[in-house]
Amino acid sequence: MTADQVMTKLTAIFRDVFDDDRIALTPEMTARDVDGWDSVANIRLMVTIEDEFRIKFEIGDFQDFRNVGDLAAGVGRLVS
Amino acid sequence: MVASRMPWLRPAPDDFRACCDAADGMGGARGAALRQLAEHELNERQLVRLARSLRAARAAAAEAPLAHFALGVVSNATTDFIVPAFEGTGVRHGFSMAVTTAPFGVTLQAALASDSSVVRANPDAILLALDYRAFFCEFNFDDKDAEAAVSGAIAYLRQLIHAFRSTTRAAILVQTVAAPPERLFGSFDRRQSGTPSWLAARFNDRLANDVVGPGVTVFDVEALAMQVGLASWYDVNQYLTARLPFAAEHVPLYSEHLLRLITAIRGRSRKVLALDLDNTLWGGVIGDDGIDGIRLGQGDPRGEAFLDFQRAARALKQRGVLLVICSKNDESVALKAIREHPEMVLRENDFSAFQINWADKATNLEILAKRLSLGLDAFVFLDDNPAERSQVRQALPQVLVPELPTDAAAYARVLMTAGLFEAVTFSDEDRGRAEQYAANDHRESLRAQSRDLGSFLRSLRMRAIFTTSGDVGWPRFAQLINKSNQFNLTTRRYTESELQFLVVDPSTLTLQMRLIDQFGDNGMICAVIAVPQAHDWVLDSWVMSCRVIGRLVEQAVLNRIVAEARRRGIRRLIGIYRPTERNGMVKDHYAKLGFTRADASAPGEERWELDVSSFAAFEVPIATQRDLMAA
Repeated sequence: MTADQVMTKLTAIFRDVFDDDRIALTPEMTARDVDGWDSVANIRLMVTIEDEFRIKFEIGDFQDFRNVGDLAAGVGRLVS
Repeated sequence: MVASRMPWLRPAPDDFRACCDAADGMGGARGAALRQLAEHELNERQLVRLARSLRAARAAAAEAPLAHFALGVVSNATTDFIVPAFEGTGVRHGFSMAVTTAPFGVTLQAALASDSSVVRANPDAILLALDYRAFFCEFNFDDKDAEAAVSGAIAYLRQLIHAFRSTTRAAILVQTVAAPPERLFGSFDRRQSGTPSWLAARFNDRLANDVVGPGVTVFDVEALAMQVGLASWYDVNQYLTARLPFAAEHVPLYSEHLLRLITAIRGRSRKVLALDLDNTLWGGVIGDDGIDGIRLGQGDPRGEAFLDFQRAARALKQRGVLLVICSKNDESVALKAIREHPEMVLRENDFSAFQINWADKATNLEILAKRLSLGLDAFVFLDDNPAERSQVRQALPQVLVPELPTDAAAYARVLMTAGLFEAVTFSDEDRGRAEQYAANDHRESLRAQSRDLGSFLRSLRMRAIFTTSGDVGWPRFAQLINKSNQFNLTTRRYTESELQFLVVDPSTLTLQMRLIDQFGDNGMICAVIAVPQAHDWVLDSWVMSCRVIGRLVEQAVLNRIVAEARRRGIRRLIGIYRPTERNGMVKDHYAKLGFTRADASAPGEERWELDVSSFAAFEVPIATQRDLMAA
């Protein structure tokens, strides 16, 4: 899976989780930039990403991502 | 795609969120549209999205016909992630559900403080979502200490229940606990006191036997965890990260099981299983393949799958679900197979009624409902043919139409895991239900033979048993009050627990009537609630089973109400009629009984009055139990 493909799939997941089709992901984006990205949404996001990419994050990894770029790279390492 | 966990539901449409948006934009009541959306298999995100649509509908007072239900939740874990799914799942079961949760970790305070958010929400039910971790955190392998740990947990639970019972009128739901999948010794854990599986087994046992009772219902979460597998149920990462009590992927199924229970305590469970024949009860088409050609019976795996399915249906019949046939076939050909095929488990007398002809299935289901005097909302329709299912769903949205997989081997499990007939009690009523309905057919043929109504009614030799105490028949009382739509004067709904508060209140009358005749016991067929208002009794609820219409039961009941009223110094009865789409049959009820119309006290209501002192008892061909004993 290329980095672009990961980003495309992540975008679809974000739109689904936050119920907002206008979301356009950039690597610098953080929780502050997305409406409704609270702790509950964060878990929902983690679970959905694991589900959709069929991956499992190791304990603490998801919480360590500083922004969307980190997240995409982390997902990329697990799917490749 | 993750394999479906709820194969009895259709997969969600791809544009689910757009469908929700469309529903949000509807003018007027949109509860029915939301419910149709909810009748798909939805993941947690979709349930959350639907919950948002529900709240918008509620804010616009447009959630009809969904019924309001307030749920309180107290838990030892984080519930934020779980609760929105309850609301979405509630829509699937016809509820507009509002959930109040106690803050994380303040379980007992939530119960004891009368100003806690859960208590103030005046909930209809409270879920005590306490899991294994709430009760057991250390090991002690001494027999006595292990037993004490369980007793301590049970005592804590009892204290919680007692506190909520004294501060609210809510029905209480308590969870069984699932032991974590980790083993200590191995198989020996089963034998050794104080191991996790020993603690869980002992706790669940005591819960089911000592804690559960009237108004307190068990929610068997352990069974659910076992069904999906303990290793999948407990997700360590999600617990450590977010204190999720069980894996997020199981939230929809957990919610579904919770809502089944709520449906059952509300008395809204379904009663009738309508079955197709070809490729549902047996493999093949009887009209083409003939009695020797259909697949059914031992020695053929496909035939055995249908055998399994028939056994499952028969087990449902034994627990009080009525079976009926709704099939497109030549009646004589189909009946011959049912009577003569050597491997049939279900025989003609297992079915309370059948419609076997070439008319469309929705029409046949309507006829069956009329024959059994039951509402279509009591029906579940099972058919292997997606086109038939779709026709019935469109024509009769009240009927529950589960999906049936193409593989017959899965039929029995789908039928028995879909929770179509969830019940919280098993009464004598249930055991004898199929016989009751068979007896009804005999009554009908006697009526046809009788020259006039009076002689028919006398020939029935009816006997009534009235009960005003709370000792007997409570589940049935709740069922009558909540389930009756047609013969129901006010359509007010109560939980079993609320009803218990009414019955212990000495100023109210909660009257039940059981009717027996020469063909058998009709069971508890009438329920009345009268509440005091100065020197009057307001008839808050009056419901009756449609099976006994036209037998002067109403008159007998009024005789009894007046007798009770005189005994307690009540001067006047106030009858309330609140018209709905379903209860047109009782619009003349109070006029017929001699009440006089008065000015309504609330909009949408009719008010009728009857003076107790001048009332002359009706002559009725129904003896009461007391008369019988005196004779």
